[in-house]
Amino acid sequence: MMNSTRCAACKYLRRRCSPDCIFSPYFPPNNPQRFLEVHRIYGASNVAKMLEKAPVNQRAEAANSIHYEAHCRIKDPVYGCAGIITLLNQQINDAQCELAKIQAEIAALNGHHADILPPYQQITDASSFANYPVEGDGAFPATHDPSFPQFYLNS
Amino acid sequence: MASSSSYNSPCAACKFLRRKCMPGCIFAPYFPPEEPQKFANVHKIFGASNVSKLLNELLPHQREDAVNSLAYEAEARVKDPVYGCVGAISFLQRQVERLQKELDAANADLIRYACNDHIQPELSAPHGAMHQVHQPMTPRQRPVEYNNTRRMGNEGGGFYQTPNFQYPYHLPWNDNDIHRYGGGGGGGGGGGHI
Repeated sequence: MMNSTRCAACKYLRRRCSPDCIFSPYFPPNNPQRFLEVHRIYGASNVAKMLEKAPVNQRAEAANSIHYEAHCRIKDPVYGCAGIITLLNQQINDAQCELAKIQAEIAALNGHHADILPPYQQITDASSFANYPVEGDGAFPATHDPSFPQFYLNS
Repeated sequence: MASSSSYNSPCAACKFLRRKCMPGCIFAPYFPPEEPQKFANVHKIFGASNVSKLLNELLPHQREDAVNSLAYEAEARVKDPVYGCVGAISFLQRQVERLQKELDAANADLIRYACNDHIQPELSAPHGAMHQVHQPMTPRQRPVEYNNTRRMGNEGGGFYQTPNFQYPYHLPWNDNDIHRYGGGGGGGGGGGHI
């Protein structure tokens, strides 16, 4: 009976799954791959420490994000999640340039037809898009943060 | 790339681990003694042996970038134990979605202007010029396909597609949906490919 109720972590680690096992709420036995991936990148004890650091009511989200990062790192061993961030930043920069060009074209046409359409809203910077809380103390890279390492760009 | 395996300056890793920094130390090129916090973070999150394994699986020319990205992720995780750098991905994904909508709206405006422009004849056009006043302008091509990937599961937002896989990530305040995870098993966040 004990074997059937062990979480994926304790099954993998071949140990007894105690009632207060920190892994069991987040690594169910029907998804062994999930624990396999986090274990491969972080190791069981580091995952346990990270979960313990998170508030109890946010540990599910912590486990999800830890797994997400591990999965990204397995898929892309060189850049992992950081590469995704760089590419997203690049997409945003490209889109903003494109938007600026279109706005310039509209402005040029607007000069001939000032009465037909209202002026298009100017976009000053990427921060104008954010209207929801950001976790932490600004740990997330701004889209134009020059200090954020630019992965991928030279590859 | 700093090399610290000289005879009298152990790298940050070996200093931290209190061991002799040997000439072939795998950490030495990437963890100079001047940046102790870099290794401290990486060690805290990943562990020295895991980092060593990761680096050994890469070609030498890939290792510097790998260490830098690991250091970035480790620092983000230290600062935000719940989301690490994944919160940034979700944030940026939403920015891309918003920009896509802005671009769509701007393209629509441009087409409207262009159509209106064709209704009024070009008074300044050179005599006899072959201007294409009757041909509608084509919508501007998007430089990047932001949303050319299929939606997965019950996730309502757009998501990012890397060259190799697509893996949306949604934070609890992004959607009304609570994606099944944690004790529910299933795939990755939002049904990503694992």
